[in-house]
Amino acid sequence: MSVDIIATPRSTAWLARANPLAKLGAGMALTVVLLVSVDWVSATVALVLECMLLPLAGLSARMLLLRGWPILVAAVVGGYGTALLAPKTGELLLEWGPVTFTSGSLEAGVAIALRGLAIALPGIIVLASTDPTDLADALAQKLRLPHRFVLGALAAMRLVGLLVAEWQTLGMARRARGVGGEPGLFRGVKAQLGQAMALLVQAVRRASRLAVTMEAKGFGAGPRTWARESSFARHDLWVVAGGLVIAAVSVSAAVLLGSWNPVFG
Amino acid sequence: MGSWAHRGTTPARISAKGWGWQHSGRTNKAVHDLDLEIAPGERVLLLGPSGAGKSTLLHALAGVLGDDEDANEAGELLIDGYPVAESRGRAGLMQQDPDAQVVLSRIGDDVAFGAENMAVPRDEIWRRVSASLESVGLKLPLDHPSSALSGGQKQRLGLAGMLAMRPGLLLLDEPTANLDPAGVVEVRDAVRRSLDESGATLVVVEHRVSVWLEVVDRIIVLAPAALGEPGGVLFDGPPAAVLAQSRELLTAAGIWVPGYVPAVRPREASSTHDAGELLLLEACGLGVSRTKGRRRHPGVPIAVVPSVRVSAGQALSVTGPNGAGKSTLALTLAGLLAPAGGQLLATEQLARGAGTAPLKWRGRQLISRIGTVFQEPEHQFVTGSVRAELLFAPKLLGRGGDSVDGLLTRLRLDHLADANPFTLSGGEKRRLSVATVLAASPQVLILDEPTFGQDANTWAELASLLTELLDAGTAVISVTHDAAFGAVLGGEQLVLGAPEQMPQGAASLLSAESVVQR
Repeated sequence: MSVDIIATPRSTAWLARANPLAKLGAGMALTVVLLVSVDWVSATVALVLECMLLPLAGLSARMLLLRGWPILVAAVVGGYGTALLAPKTGELLLEWGPVTFTSGSLEAGVAIALRGLAIALPGIIVLASTDPTDLADALAQKLRLPHRFVLGALAAMRLVGLLVAEWQTLGMARRARGVGGEPGLFRGVKAQLGQAMALLVQAVRRASRLAVTMEAKGFGAGPRTWARESSFARHDLWVVAGGLVIAAVSVSAAVLLGSWNPVFG
Repeated sequence: MGSWAHRGTTPARISAKGWGWQHSGRTNKAVHDLDLEIAPGERVLLLGPSGAGKSTLLHALAGVLGDDEDANEAGELLIDGYPVAESRGRAGLMQQDPDAQVVLSRIGDDVAFGAENMAVPRDEIWRRVSASLESVGLKLPLDHPSSALSGGQKQRLGLAGMLAMRPGLLLLDEPTANLDPAGVVEVRDAVRRSLDESGATLVVVEHRVSVWLEVVDRIIVLAPAALGEPGGVLFDGPPAAVLAQSRELLTAAGIWVPGYVPAVRPREASSTHDAGELLLLEACGLGVSRTKGRRRHPGVPIAVVPSVRVSAGQALSVTGPNGAGKSTLALTLAGLLAPAGGQLLATEQLARGAGTAPLKWRGRQLISRIGTVFQEPEHQFVTGSVRAELLFAPKLLGRGGDSVDGLLTRLRLDHLADANPFTLSGGEKRRLSVATVLAASPQVLILDEPTFGQDANTWAELASLLTELLDAGTAVISVTHDAAFGAVLGGEQLVLGAPEQMPQGAASLLSAESVVQR
């Protein structure tokens, strides 16, 4: 049976009921503010407040780690790099050959790592609590993006889910022909490339058949109606307000504690 | 638009006047000089040899051929007196691939999709969605994921989507070719029920005549439009009369006419080898699963088979309902999936020093021992031409390509030696995929639904080839719903049980039993 990554049951979390555009708006406001501020206070405050929102998105700490671990790794690596290269101010903490950390450079590294996490977390929250179909409806009905593109992308995303299963089948089908399984890195890479090519061929063929189905169902012919109405309700206001409040509180905290350090300053 | 309410479901009239179509970049016309009248409400089965342009005609009627700017169109093709391009929404099209039938992730949304495109008002859409799902017998919640449906259910979902558009014409392009027998009946009955309700016109293309015989009231046989042939309609009339007139032509073209079983080379009488049983592969309490197990969490088997013995020159058919784990078992026996429990051992006769676990064999070790033919031939094509495809295995094994020409001729692919495998017809692809695996001369051959959607000619060639291999000492394992095919090969039958019958829907299936057919 094929696996469809976007057909997971509709989330029942509070945030899942909000309009995707409201969530996107709140996330954007927060992201823009954090992008211009490079200090650990604003990043920490935002991060703590964001974590408090996780239950509203129906995300447990375990699921968050499962989905977000690459971002965590990236943030730590980014922080490490910054600590290594930032101006060596403050007292010396560690010196080991060319590797030197000072309290100043370490602070810069921690700030960068926290900021990365604080910027990424709203994205994870929005993604986890938003159904792709709802998002498409909102983009086409509220933002008036061309429905041909929005619905085309939505249908294509469903195919991406099918590709996961297709990749496994292709791998076995090609091994049955004797492809792969040979020693040597070069041969392995070559076999993987061949399999990726085959996957691409299958994806294109399936997509063109799907396009025929969509066309036969009158897609793109003219004005259409929407079976699902995308609408704004009272709690969308709360969502947008929540995003703005988190942004404002983190900046105020940084200013009050004197660590406010905007990139354009 | 706004015409949706008035046009309702009045059945459509089709008329072709000298109509012809040539795809861009092709030298031959797909359809040439077709004259045809189909009255509103008629139910037509469209037959013809491959290359007669049946699919082209259906696609044209569905209005999905129009974008091809370099194509040549001749004559007129009208629905209700209007050109097809102006008849959007009058016809619904069902294709062969169930996965290409589904557009959206939830079944309610998917059924609504066509009606939305026809600008039907929202309240009316949801009324139609419920009615259409009811009419095709899909009694599932509207937010049921469409990916969790079986092939037959996906086709019925596609049908429901069409019905929600209230089309006057249903166009079915081999709708049951990829389905198991239960799925075939499901889809056929859903189509019949919806036609009885709506009175719409039906045009269906299908190899297996008997499936649709009770549904249709007219059969049209098209002639191929290749060079030197006239094209157009060869036979036309009530089913019984047409089948009587054209039986010879249809069987020659490989169409499954009711009551026709193609001649197959029989197994030799002394099919049990004198030297006794030469055991190649043995499984004991074998659990099979598609999900890879980890050290702490072994994969949960979807089926457990108490015992499988595969011996040289013996046939084994694996049957059972959808989801019973037949294909998964085949893939596990083939050394492509890791067993999720129990043991799978290759005897020294088969392993020849490569070790007892087929899963651990290298690619080139595997193909000369166990060959596997997948259900979808395209998954196994790895080169750009038919000849290269056949030379691939011998090259890998360091053998000469002497056997290749023989295989090409044997499977009627010699005139296609330089063609790209992806451009072949369905039957040609199937023959090629079998030939490529045979080119490595494996001792065990495993086939997954090799006869799905195949015409009678390819079916007979495949069956004859396999009886030959069996007599020559190859072990043949086939996963199949095709009882006639299993009977021709003979041997033992392994019946896997339905997943519903299993305790708590989880592991430990023990209903697999061996039934000796002979």
